[in-house]
Amino acid sequence: MATMVDYKAEKATWCPGCGDFGVLNALQKACVNLGLEPEQVVVVSGIGCSGKISQHFGGYGLHALHGRSLPAAQAVKLANRHLTVIAAGGDGDGFGIGMGHFIHAMRRNIDITYVVMDNHIYGLTTGQASPTSDVGAKTKTSPAGTVEQPIAPLQLALAQNCSFVAQGFSGNIKQLVSLIERAIQHKGFSFVNVFSPCVTFNKVNTYEFYKEHLVNLDDDPTYDPRDRVAALRRVAEANNILVGVIYEDPDRPSFEESLRGYPAEPLVRQDIALQAADYAALLETFR
Amino acid sequence: MGSEVGWKVGGKQGEGIDSTGEIYAIALHRMGYYVFTYRHFMSLIKGGHTNYKIRAADHVLRHHGDDVHVLVAFDQTTIDVNWPELVDGGIVIYDSSSFQAKKPDDRDVHLLGVPLTEIAKEAGNPIMKNMVAIGVSAAINELPPEEFRPVVQDKFGRKGQQVVEANMTALSRGYAYFQERSRVRFPLPAKPDLQGKDHLYASGNQATGFGALAGGCRLLAAYPITPATEIMYWVLQHFPKYGGVVLQAEDEIAAINMAIGANFSGVRAMTSTSGPGFSLMMEALGLAGMSETPVVIVDVQRSGPSTGLPTKTEQSDLNEAVYGTHGEIPRIVLTPRTVEECFLLTAEAFNLADHYQCPVIVLSDLYLGMSYQSIDGFPVQAVRYDRGKLLSEEELAQLAKSGYQRYDASVADGISPRALPGQKHGRYVALGNEHNGTGLEVEDQETRVNQMRKRQRKLAGFQHFTGVSVEGPDNAPYALVGFGSTWGGLEEARAALAEAGLTVKHIHFSRVWPFPEAEFHAAMDGVRLALVTELNATGQLKQLIRQQAGYHDRLHSCLKFNGDPISLREIVDSAYQTFPMGVFN
Repeated sequence: MATMVDYKAEKATWCPGCGDFGVLNALQKACVNLGLEPEQVVVVSGIGCSGKISQHFGGYGLHALHGRSLPAAQAVKLANRHLTVIAAGGDGDGFGIGMGHFIHAMRRNIDITYVVMDNHIYGLTTGQASPTSDVGAKTKTSPAGTVEQPIAPLQLALAQNCSFVAQGFSGNIKQLVSLIERAIQHKGFSFVNVFSPCVTFNKVNTYEFYKEHLVNLDDDPTYDPRDRVAALRRVAEANNILVGVIYEDPDRPSFEESLRGYPAEPLVRQDIALQAADYAALLETFR
Repeated sequence: MGSEVGWKVGGKQGEGIDSTGEIYAIALHRMGYYVFTYRHFMSLIKGGHTNYKIRAADHVLRHHGDDVHVLVAFDQTTIDVNWPELVDGGIVIYDSSSFQAKKPDDRDVHLLGVPLTEIAKEAGNPIMKNMVAIGVSAAINELPPEEFRPVVQDKFGRKGQQVVEANMTALSRGYAYFQERSRVRFPLPAKPDLQGKDHLYASGNQATGFGALAGGCRLLAAYPITPATEIMYWVLQHFPKYGGVVLQAEDEIAAINMAIGANFSGVRAMTSTSGPGFSLMMEALGLAGMSETPVVIVDVQRSGPSTGLPTKTEQSDLNEAVYGTHGEIPRIVLTPRTVEECFLLTAEAFNLADHYQCPVIVLSDLYLGMSYQSIDGFPVQAVRYDRGKLLSEEELAQLAKSGYQRYDASVADGISPRALPGQKHGRYVALGNEHNGTGLEVEDQETRVNQMRKRQRKLAGFQHFTGVSVEGPDNAPYALVGFGSTWGGLEEARAALAEAGLTVKHIHFSRVWPFPEAEFHAAMDGVRLALVTELNATGQLKQLIRQQAGYHDRLHSCLKFNGDPISLREIVDSAYQTFPMGVFN
């Protein structure tokens, strides 16, 4: 059984106190708790501070293009269904340049987990407005305050009927570990949005801010994550500032289960060479 | 009559013109003739002029031919548009139930009205006017109506035997009507001897799909786009039987990133597209080059730029294929010349991608991709498998003792062995950032230069069976030069020129990158003037040859970019204008 030591990779280059440390830690811990060997896990990340997580994780990684972690991650999984595949990136990467892929990944429901490190800012490019920046947020590209409405990731996912939706906070590692574990175990596409404070460029959405305002669904034994309409209402009431498993539909067939001819054995293990009988049958279709 | 016949049917889009042409073409093919078809269509569903040309002969055809002997017209536009292609003494069959045809000029062409719709109505349904037209054509080409039965059965069998018989009746009545009223005939030549030949009917797009399957591709990610979508159709039909996956991506950016992801996992994967989609793939092309991940991209070119002429052919993506993406990466660009090469070079593209761990672009075009033709079998025996440097877990365990370096820059050939996700001791991160040997993002100058050199080194001295082909006499003072789909037209033009006494050789690229420099120099030995024929406005191949091989004073251009494929006459005329008759011979 792998331990945290087996996941130890290069020391992360994030700023001290960065929320992404917590996400990395929680992701590694979740994999350890689920008994996953590091070589069975692939982290496909986008570009930005958060994108560096694939290099710090300690498994296999594909540090993909800005906004394109999801298309690559979905195919990594289809090519080898025995792998555990995590797509990861930030709010700019996933909800800005890569937004289209997010919607379609939810439609497709391939069995991967998407972790977004949401800090409401572009950090690596030193502090510009992001798609989740609050209205009025003063940044280098919005000196007078952002005038655009922020993306609402949870409502978006619920509206698109994503089969697993959760939100966590990198200031609450224990809960985040459990959310990621459940997301990985979910059969189909799972989405975990994580409030991951940027300590350098965002002085508003801080650890203190979240500690003060977050509603924790774990504290509400009556909350039913199977009820999508109730989930939408709850998210709206909390104005997105809540954590826990928001919604899950464990019965939805995954893409892999629904796809005609998709083999039980990983594609990567198939013998690719065609035999004489194959050619005979194929050539017959050209007569 | 000669050894071939040109037949064409035309009308409004949505009138069943395509299926008329298709039935006639498949019937001729199954009767044992060689056919070559060309579809002229527009980017709309109903209305607009569309036509379907069939050239039929007793030998393999590589071009749709310049001449039309028989034109079936469902409207006056069809006559006006196609009039220049009609040979003197040719015949136009028009539907006299719906219009009275007029000759655009007084040339000697027979105009014969046949009440196609009326006859179809009598046979049971006016929609069968196309079958009546096929019956009339059969009479002109002296083909017995019963020989069409197998195709009609295939086409309509699903709808019940009654529908099959009604269509056969319509066909026979059209045949009889013409037999009784006209003596104009364009008989096909005697059927060729097909013994020992695998007489197949395929398009370049189908062949590309087949080549992908044969080459071991098990994941296609693509976004629908004319003229590449037929690759997806073929693959959708056949991949599931072999465990293969087809992903309809949300856009071409997703498509290529999916193909890269699957290849990273160790599954041969590709994307197929056309110009606009290929443009969207440029950033990811760089990722494949930088992260040394194999990927195959098929670009079925169409007229650009931008949306351009979506249903017309062109060869104007050459520069993009050779130079596209920011920064500098190793890549291979193959340009299949024929349907058979669409099959073989697509299959081979996967070997090259795996072997050199870089993107391989297969550059086809609408003309090659969408034209159905009779061929003498596919070169399935030539398919081979080379997975390149993939490490086993045992090898990785050995390497782990000194630390496995996925991007080891010290390897002599620049190709460092790959591990696949799931393998023990092989963990690494594939990335688009500059990196060191172990795959960590670094920015120091020495590592940067070493890694750039490593990647560039992979294709140094590249040798492969693709490259340059040469037809015609070695000592010819003149040469026709082209790449990809124009091979058939250029070859036929060369033969016509030779018959007229002009000694010309034909030099053709089936690979443009890495540029086959030595082979091209050898081919140009003794050539004083070369006519570089290509379907674009700026002479992209000529520019590439000048840059890579020189010959500035000897290269002339024959360019076409109006959307139509080049005609034999255009090549021959251009050759006469370029090559001084008798001066050098």
